[in-house]
Amino acid sequence: MPPVINQELCTGCGTCADICPMNVFEQDAPKTEPRVAYGEECWHCNACVLDCPKKAVSLRIPLNYMLLHVDASQFKE
Amino acid sequence: MITLKHTLETDVLVVGGGIGGLCAAISAAQGGARVTVLEKANSKRSGSGATGNDHYTCYYPKAHGSDISVILKELLDSMLGLCHDTKLSVRFLERSISIADKWHEWGINMKPFGDDYVFMGHAFPGRPRIFLKYDGHNQKQVLTAQARKAGAHILNHHPVLDLLRNEDGITGALALDMSGKEPAYTVVRAKKVILATGAASRLYPPAGTPGWLFNTAFCPSCTGSAQAQSWRIGAKLVNMELPNRHAGPKFFSRAGKSTWIGVYRYPDGRLLGPFVKQATREVGDITCDVWNSAYTDVLMNGTGPAYIDCTNTSPEDMKFMRAGMISEGLSGLLDYMDDNNIDPSRHGVEFMQYEPHLIGRGLEIDINGETSIPGLYAAGDMVGNFRSDISGAAVWGWIAGEHAAANLSAAPHAVAEAEKSAWARERMAYYDAFMTRPAGAHWKEAALGLQQIMGDYAAAGPHRVRSESLLNAGLKYLADLRSNAETAVKAANAHELLRTVEAFELMDNGEVIMHAARERRESRGMHQRSDYTFTNPLLSDKFLTVRKEEGKVIAEWRQRWSA
Repeated sequence: MPPVINQELCTGCGTCADICPMNVFEQDAPKTEPRVAYGEECWHCNACVLDCPKKAVSLRIPLNYMLLHVDASQFKE
Repeated sequence: MITLKHTLETDVLVVGGGIGGLCAAISAAQGGARVTVLEKANSKRSGSGATGNDHYTCYYPKAHGSDISVILKELLDSMLGLCHDTKLSVRFLERSISIADKWHEWGINMKPFGDDYVFMGHAFPGRPRIFLKYDGHNQKQVLTAQARKAGAHILNHHPVLDLLRNEDGITGALALDMSGKEPAYTVVRAKKVILATGAASRLYPPAGTPGWLFNTAFCPSCTGSAQAQSWRIGAKLVNMELPNRHAGPKFFSRAGKSTWIGVYRYPDGRLLGPFVKQATREVGDITCDVWNSAYTDVLMNGTGPAYIDCTNTSPEDMKFMRAGMISEGLSGLLDYMDDNNIDPSRHGVEFMQYEPHLIGRGLEIDINGETSIPGLYAAGDMVGNFRSDISGAAVWGWIAGEHAAANLSAAPHAVAEAEKSAWARERMAYYDAFMTRPAGAHWKEAALGLQQIMGDYAAAGPHRVRSESLLNAGLKYLADLRSNAETAVKAANAHELLRTVEAFELMDNGEVIMHAARERRESRGMHQRSDYTFTNPLLSDKFLTVRKEEGKVIAEWRQRWSA
């Protein structure tokens, strides 16, 4: 589900948990790594990815959100 | 049990730290008021403008000339224009550029292309352009910093649950303090309250991904709180029955369709609309602003799907489009495209019409932003008689904050001990029950139940109808769902309690929509009545207001306020 925290890079600053508009993360205590407690409630706004000072967060977009697309050469005919 | 931990007092309470709420907080604080902002998440990244925006509608005499009526016409003809009281539109236009000036001075780049404002996008060929193109990627951080600098006190992780009033007017609000391990209540006593809670997402099943509650174009944390909470205390709502549907890429729901620079095509390459053959940064393809149901229509009639094709867009404009997507807050979408080798310069991307949501439908405000309840204001997406998204929130937030701060003495009731009212105690006990119940249903069951009912009994067009009998059935089923959910839902923690609260807010919005839809005995836009298939010209300049008085729903028509 969307946010994935790279444990090797995370310093437990808690920024992601503080700024997520959907309260997707939980942090049990300061300086501990937040958990993705409600991943299915992610709005994929990218705030956690943009604001993480260690670039430790990425989004894994669910398979069914596939951005439907075709090769544009089909429009030329 | 949830305890009342804090009782605070302030002059102006702002509910919601989005664009409208922060602008209201800044102007009220600069006007000399003590200001408190209660925000559901963190105002630096909350709401539909969380990670950015790139179009700010406004009137700039230097570019547009001195005749405001020309720009007023553009605004009313745009996708924003359906439900405007035009005297509000004019006041908005008159103030709009002054707020853009302030934003630029504070550090939001409103002039990313040189020394002056530039207007692009959402435009008809050969007509004036009213959308100021800007770089809003940092707008929430900048406005948060300005609000603090002006002296506003921002309480993050404090969603408001209910509004408190007495017979004279507003007295404050009940909030949930989610900042610590255990949730607690906070009551804020206030002389004036400004609502700025944004749109209402999650009312209907997501059109592309049913069951995936949070795949929405606008922020799914915006759940019509202001409409629901003010409805409960008798405020007037307006235009709630007229559906709005946004459009964008499929199935990855995201607002920002006009940041894409391309033309819309059928699968065989024919153009969908008549407006442009070649899209540019100045004038893109406005087809889906005008023919709002296009993507649904071409699926239903089998000629689709419809794609946005950017392959003829110049390389410079493609670079410009990518930068615009970052300004607009679409970096999550861009990352996804990069990771999956989806390249708009090679690929056609299918677009779709998203499910109905509320934007520019909700609270009726007057020329000062005040609602029908004295001392209660509203600004932004949850206003029902004006709509202009980002700039609408900014300008009306500013006007409301200014008026609230200047009229504090006109609040004789303000010292009332709001937390001691019967309504406050009743609501605290109401929410407490969800936490103290030993076991029960999950909030999601209630949320999905609402979407099922709205999707079948209060459906929006195209190709779907409403009728007296469907709406009557819907209201009955919704009442059943509500009473079952009230006695069954168990919230294990503050997070689940918030989602539960939101589910009931959405039920209130659904109920209002159905009452109002029953009263509008005609078809108009995507409000399609199978029992009244015509559009009634007698209603063209009228708005429908609804409110609750002693448990009864009062629906009234009124004349649209002219300029």
